Amino acid sequence: MTGGVRLARLAPPLTLLILLGPLAFGLAGTALPALGYLPDLGGTEFTTAHFSELAEVPGIWRSALLSVAIGLITTLVSLGAVAGFVASDLGTSGFARMRRMISPLLSVPHAAAAFGLAFLIAPSGMIMRLVSPWLTGLDRPPDLLIINDPLALSMMAGLIVKEIPFLFLVTLAALPQTRHLETMRLGRSLGYGRVASFTFLLWPPVYRQIRLAVFAVVAYATSVVDVALILGPHLPPTLPVRLIDWMNDPDLESRFLASAGAILQLGVTLAALIAWVGLERIGAFLVRQIRDNGRRWRRDMAVRALARSVMGGSAVIIFGGIAVLALWSVSGLWQFPDALPSSFTWKSWMQALPRMSGPLGTTLAVAGLSTLIALTLTILCLEREYETGRGRGGGALLLIYLPLIVPQISFMFGLQVLSIWLGVDASFSALVLAHLVFVLPYVFLSLSDPWRAHDRRHDLIAAGLGMSRTRTLVKIRLPMLTRAILTAAAVGFSVSVGQYLPTVLIGAGRLTTVTTEAVALAAGGNRRVIGVYAFMQTLLPFFAFAIATGLPGLVFRNRRGLRV
Amino acid sequence: MIKSPILFAGALSAALAFSQTSHAADPDPRDWDAVLQEAKGQTVYFNAWGGSENINLYIDWAGQTLKERFGVTVVHVKLDDTANAVATVLAEKAAGKSEGGSVDLIWINGENFASMKRQDLLMAPDWTTSLPNWAYVDHETKPTILTDFTIPTDGLESPWGGAKMVFFHDTARTPADSVPGSSAELLDWAERNPGRFSYPQPPDFIGSSFLKQVLSETIADPAKLSQKVNAASFAEDAAPLFAYLDRLHPNLWRSGKAYPQNYPDMKQKLADGELDIIFAFNPSEASAGIAAGELPDTVRSFTYTEGTLGNTHFVAIPYNASAKAGALVLANFLISPEAQLRKQDPSVWGDPTVLSMDKLSAEDRAAFEALDLGIATLRPDELGPALDEPHPDWMERIEGEWLKRYGAAN
Repeated sequence: MTGGVRLARLAPPLTLLILLGPLAFGLAGTALPALGYLPDLGGTEFTTAHFSELAEVPGIWRSALLSVAIGLITTLVSLGAVAGFVASDLGTSGFARMRRMISPLLSVPHAAAAFGLAFLIAPSGMIMRLVSPWLTGLDRPPDLLIINDPLALSMMAGLIVKEIPFLFLVTLAALPQTRHLETMRLGRSLGYGRVASFTFLLWPPVYRQIRLAVFAVVAYATSVVDVALILGPHLPPTLPVRLIDWMNDPDLESRFLASAGAILQLGVTLAALIAWVGLERIGAFLVRQIRDNGRRWRRDMAVRALARSVMGGSAVIIFGGIAVLALWSVSGLWQFPDALPSSFTWKSWMQALPRMSGPLGTTLAVAGLSTLIALTLTILCLEREYETGRGRGGGALLLIYLPLIVPQISFMFGLQVLSIWLGVDASFSALVLAHLVFVLPYVFLSLSDPWRAHDRRHDLIAAGLGMSRTRTLVKIRLPMLTRAILTAAAVGFSVSVGQYLPTVLIGAGRLTTVTTEAVALAAGGNRRVIGVYAFMQTLLPFFAFAIATGLPGLVFRNRRGLRV
Repeated sequence: MIKSPILFAGALSAALAFSQTSHAADPDPRDWDAVLQEAKGQTVYFNAWGGSENINLYIDWAGQTLKERFGVTVVHVKLDDTANAVATVLAEKAAGKSEGGSVDLIWINGENFASMKRQDLLMAPDWTTSLPNWAYVDHETKPTILTDFTIPTDGLESPWGGAKMVFFHDTARTPADSVPGSSAELLDWAERNPGRFSYPQPPDFIGSSFLKQVLSETIADPAKLSQKVNAASFAEDAAPLFAYLDRLHPNLWRSGKAYPQNYPDMKQKLADGELDIIFAFNPSEASAGIAAGELPDTVRSFTYTEGTLGNTHFVAIPYNASAKAGALVLANFLISPEAQLRKQDPSVWGDPTVLSMDKLSAEDRAAFEALDLGIATLRPDELGPALDEPHPDWMERIEGEWLKRYGAAN
């Protein structure tokens, strides 16, 4: 035993502390003011008055119900599309093509995707420009409420196109742990259609594995802020947006209301999750009913076409949106219904780049550092698990998923109050720590499967040749897993780049990243500037993934076995 | 986890104990050399609304100039609402953080200034009239420099620019002879042209200002506006305003189910052809937009014959700012003839100066007179009368009432 491996012993408790400490403190820091206790603001007695006040706010129940509905519908549609597509195309060449096309989409930050969508579908957006005036006869944009619609349809569309890549990749990760090709073949040989074979035989074990990821999608969609600010309804907005407004109100009394609202948000997310579990039951029941009536469902082309078009559509929307963002960033005057700007200019970039250096530096430093810490902790945890053979239980997995399931806004408020008390608000280390809470789970989740799948016989041979454990780790396992490690790093990096709320609240305006700048400047509605920032926001994770894909080939150019 | 509450309490008391250290003396602007000396090497966090690119660029330029000349670093903290910075200072005060605060200079006026002044959140006493460049400020003929929304400034905020509500339209779509000349005519115009007018959703500053403009024109007794709201008669006083809005809203853009974010957003919508009449608090906004390639060169300006709201916007220093000397240097630079001249240039920003032409050197005066205010900017004598801003209390009450009536309209 050497130092490195002994260190690994500390890693699992430290990881849990980093994940759950902020969560616990943050929730406490939110719950106490919600109950009226915040001595600095004169709240010394426990009271439920703030909840009564909350119930009186006009439209509050509508906001809350809307958030629940968004969570459920977004998850249902994106999960349905992913399941439908995997069912129809698993094992085909089209599947591999879609996999290559969808994977990079995971790196596109939510805010950038939302802007892209807005630029496409707004009444003065790209789609309307392309069909006007020759088709529509319009030389002015129609007065239609498409973006910010009261039913939040555009917001749900924005979330769905981003959740599809996530759920698709999670499903892909789960498939190898089932004997999917054989299973499908069995179903087909019994005369069932592709979709039926998949749904009856393969989906139950796959869903069991991705269930927590699906919960995370439900929770995220009920509590998202940045996408709601860009695409969400206005009168009233969804619950999380209202919480932010109260938090920023110059009347500090509103903080009690905001805290009570954050607890309501917790309830909203919980309600959505419970409703989702209900939907799971109904779904399982329906599948059983349909299965047991014995039909083979061989003519499933309609389902397959639908799933394919939703999947393909989401890719087209994101790519198209980013292309339009890029176009706006170099456009001069661009009036409706022109399909192209009347002039092109680099002015927006020239003006933005010098001012972007500060936020860009912060973005890179915070993302780099939090990813590095997350990676180190994850590897040590996995090494420890490898050594002891423990830690694969469902309980441990739930703990790792917890920061992704509890609404960010519900514990970030409390964490902000705490950081002001401790005087560490707007400090770099606090910001890294806040990002780590979200980076760590993603890094862990993306690295743990390849790590566990690693063939132990390599280590046995190394041990047989007299290598120590640490040496085995450094010389054998890390090089062999370089690709997986770099991919996990790219995932962690893009998660950090995309963080809006923790950066706004803990960075306190002094530490800004490309994402917070993009959302702040979006307030101005200047499409050229939004184009520059959102494009930049997309570029960073893209580079990270490009490095993760390209670097191993470069480093291992003289190791044939490590090339893919 | 059992130890956590104790850790929490310990950290908390440590933080509170730490915050009760003694208060350092504020820099004195009368001893300007000492201020410059102290400012060198400081970083000023300038909290200013960041929704407009040309303003952001101007602040950037001011920061670079300060860096070169005085060794002061300026960081523009881009706010989407000035109230956020007020909330930050207030939260720091509540936490006992009476120095080392995170806001050094704040772009402010109206209700936010009133709120900060009322709660003793500003550096005091009077520092603005001791700034070297105060000598150029026109506080004699511009009453809004000393009285901000009826609240005396008392030297707690330094003027930065003038503002007047001005409307814009695109002559390619809306002929100049068809534009409204009052709020009442605007309502008729909106009924004839449904879906082509809107205002930013309150509490956006410009959106709330539109409400105040209508209020000023419709209230039975305008004298009431210079006082705090009388709670007993508020419903009656504001009734004509809300009757107006009830008629206007069905004819707004998107039928009033969504609103533009703010005035730059309206500018984009004018360019897109979504809106036909927009407004801003900067008379040069249209010329600046044309210069920046954001608006077509057929856009022109107009105001109401009976007058539109006019005010001044300021910068102020919070009582617990970390870099007060640096903030003073920046505030002083912002009212220098050089900075004010650049600010009034529509190709930069186009914001009207707060300086008195009579107090400037012949050379500076000539430079101001030589400024091309742009094809879409009205001459000062075409801007029409300036209406006084109502007491800030009105703004708060009207915003609250607006939210109650229309905030959950869908």
